[in-house]
Amino acid sequence: MTILDWLQDYTIQNVVIGAALLGLISGVLGSFAVLRKQSLLGDTLSHAALPGVCIGFLIAGTRNIGSILFGALVSGALAALLMLALTRNSRLKTDAGLGITLSTFFALGVVLLTYIQGTNNAAQGGLDSFLFGQAAATLRSDLWIMGGITVAALGLVSLLWKEFKLVSFDPSYAASLGLPVVWLEVLLTVMIALAVVVGLQMVGVVLMAAMIIAPAVAARQWSHRLEGMVLLAAAIGVGGGVFGALLSALSRGLATGPLIILSVSSVVIVSLLFAPRRGFVWEIVRLRRSRRRLRYQQVLTTLYQLAAAHADSRYRSGQGMIDTYHGTSTQRALRKLHRRGYVVRHAAPPEEPNTAGQWVLTPAGIHEAERILDSLGREAL
Amino acid sequence: MAELHEPNLALHVEDLTVSYQSKPVLWDIDFDVPPGVMAAIVGPNGAGKSTLIKSVLGLVPAVAGHVTLFGRPYKDQRRRVGYVPQRSSVDWDFPTTALDVVTMGLYGRLGWLRRPGRRERREAMQALEKVGMQDFAQRQISQLSGGQQQRVFLARALVQDADVYFLDEPMAGVDATTERAIVDILRRLRDEGKTVIVVHHDLQTVRTYFDWLLLLNVRVIAQGEVGDVYTAANLRKAYGGQIALLEESALLPPQERDMPVTERLP
Ligand SMILES: Nc1ncnc2c1ncn2[C@@H]1O[C@H](COP(=O)(O)OP(=O)(O)O)[C@@H](O)[C@H]1O
Ligand SMILES: [Mg+2]
Repeated sequence: MTILDWLQDYTIQNVVIGAALLGLISGVLGSFAVLRKQSLLGDTLSHAALPGVCIGFLIAGTRNIGSILFGALVSGALAALLMLALTRNSRLKTDAGLGITLSTFFALGVVLLTYIQGTNNAAQGGLDSFLFGQAAATLRSDLWIMGGITVAALGLVSLLWKEFKLVSFDPSYAASLGLPVVWLEVLLTVMIALAVVVGLQMVGVVLMAAMIIAPAVAARQWSHRLEGMVLLAAAIGVGGGVFGALLSALSRGLATGPLIILSVSSVVIVSLLFAPRRGFVWEIVRLRRSRRRLRYQQVLTTLYQLAAAHADSRYRSGQGMIDTYHGTSTQRALRKLHRRGYVVRHAAPPEEPNTAGQWVLTPAGIHEAERILDSLGREAL
Repeated sequence: MAELHEPNLALHVEDLTVSYQSKPVLWDIDFDVPPGVMAAIVGPNGAGKSTLIKSVLGLVPAVAGHVTLFGRPYKDQRRRVGYVPQRSSVDWDFPTTALDVVTMGLYGRLGWLRRPGRRERREAMQALEKVGMQDFAQRQISQLSGGQQQRVFLARALVQDADVYFLDEPMAGVDATTERAIVDILRRLRDEGKTVIVVHHDLQTVRTYFDWLLLLNVRVIAQGEVGDVYTAANLRKAYGGQIALLEESALLPPQERDMPVTERLP
C-alpha cells in the first residue's frame, strides 16, 4: 500500500479527522479549565459520562451513537451540577467534591455496563469500548456530530472571549461589573462536558481527562498571553491527535486513544523541561546564573562598605581581606567587576609584598554599588 | 419614579447581616458614608471587613438588610462604582499583561460581544500612567513586584471612572514608595469629590490618611469622623485582648518610616 492509498483509506481518514477535532476542542476548553484550577473537572466529567453512555444505550436499545452521546452529556452535566451543589452547601472542598462525584458516577457506570453485558444483548457490540475508546469504529456521521459540537464550542469561546478571560482571572471582580459569573462558569463546564462527548469514541472516558489537561499545561509553559496559550494548546491538541492516529494506523493494531494521549503527554514533558523561563532545565540554569551574579554583587557592595567604613572612596581593599570576608575566593567575581570597569587593581603595597594585590572602586563602581544597595533596601521594606 | 432612599449618602448600609454556613460574619450593620470623604474600614483579622465590601457589591448574599449608593441599589449603580479586590484573591501567574488587566476595568462599559479597541487601550494606558506603571504595560503580570501588581489593580479601578471606590487592603504588603503613591492617588480622587472606602490594616496610619472611620468587629463598634472615632476606648472594644499589643504603638503619633539603607559615602 503506497502512502497515497494509505491516506485515502476511509477508516484512517475518519480517525485522523476525529483526532484533530478532539485535539482542537480539548486544547481550547482545557486552557480555561487549567487556568481556573479545574483540571480535575475534566476528569470528573469524563468518568461521569459512563453511566450516561449505558443509559443512552438502554433507552435506545441499540448502539445508537446519538442517544449514547446525549446520555453522556446529560450525566456529565448532572455530575458537574451535583459537584457544585455539594461544595456550595457544605464544607466540602472542591477537590473532595470532584473526587466523590467522579468515583460515584464511574462506579454506577461500571455496574450498568456489567448489567448490559449480562443481558447478552447482541447489539451491545463493544459498549466497553467507551472505556478506552475505539477510534477505528468512528463513522463519517460521527464526525459530523463531533465537528458540529467543536464549531459551536469554538464559536461561543470567540464570542464570549473577554468574559471568559475575566471570569477565569478574577471572578469576583467580574461579578462586581455585573457579569453573570455563575452562568459563564456553567457554560464553560457544559462545554467541557461537550468536549468529553467528542472524545468518548476516540479515547474513552478513562483517558479523556488527559486530553483536556495536557495540551493546556504544555501550552502554558510557552506562552504568556491567553490568546497565545489557547492557540498553542489547540495546535498541540491537533498535532498530538493526528500524530497518535497516524502512529496507530502505521503500527496496525496498537490502540489509537492511548497513542494520542502518549503523543500529547510527551509534548507536556518536553515543555515542562525545556520551556524558556518556566521549564525545569531553564530554572536550574537561571539559579546558577543568579547565584554567580549574587556573589559578584556581594563583592561589589563589600568593597563599597569597606570604603564607607573608612570614609575614603579611594580606599584600597586587599584581596585577602575580601576573600576572608566572603570565606571563599573572590578572584572570579573581581575579574568580572574589573572587566565591567567597576574596580581597578593595584599591585600589593611594598610593606606587604606577599599579598595578592588591592582593589579600588571606580566612580562607576560606586554608582553601581549604590544602585544595588538601594534596590536591596527597597525589597527589605 | 420611586423615591430615593438616602440619596445624599454615597453609601448607606442598613441592618445588614451576612453569614457563611449559619455562622454570622456581619451582624446588624448600619453604616453610612457621606460623599467626598476618604473612609477607612478597620478591625481585627476576620472582623468581616472584606465581607462587608463584598456584600455591598452583591458578591456575597446578605441574610438581611439593604444597601444603597446615592439612593439606589448597587445593581443600578454599577457604573458609578470601582472595586479593587484583595491582591491575593487572584492567581498572578495568569497569562496576561498589565495593560490587559487594566483594560478589564472597561468590560462593564463595553458590554457583551464588543471587544476592547484602540480607545480602550488608550484609556487603560492613561490609567497606568496615573499609577506610574506605563513602562510595565506589556509586562507579564507574574513578573511584577507585589507593589506593582497592586498599582495595576488600582489602575483597573481608575479606568472605571467611578464615583465611589472600594479598595480591599490596597496597602498590605507593598513597599513604602507604592504606599505613598497609592495614598496620593486616593487623596486626589477625594479632592475631585469622589468617595473612597478602604479596608485598612495599619492602625498607625489611619489618622494621617483618612477622614472617616468605621471600626468593625462583626458588629459596628463606632463610626464617624476619624478624630471622634479613633479613641483608645473604641480601639479596645474593636480589638479586645489584642489591644495590649497595639496600645503603645497604635496610639502614639504616627512616625515617619523612612529608614536609611546603609552608611553613605561622603
Ligand atoms: N467563603 C467563606 N466561607 C466561609 N467562611 C468565610 C468565607 N470567607 C470568609 N469567611 C469567614 O468570615 C469571617 C470574616 O472574613 P473576612 O470578611 O475575610 O474578614 P476580614 O477581611 O476582616 O479579615 C472570617 O471568620 C472568615 O473565616
Ligand atoms: Mg480581608
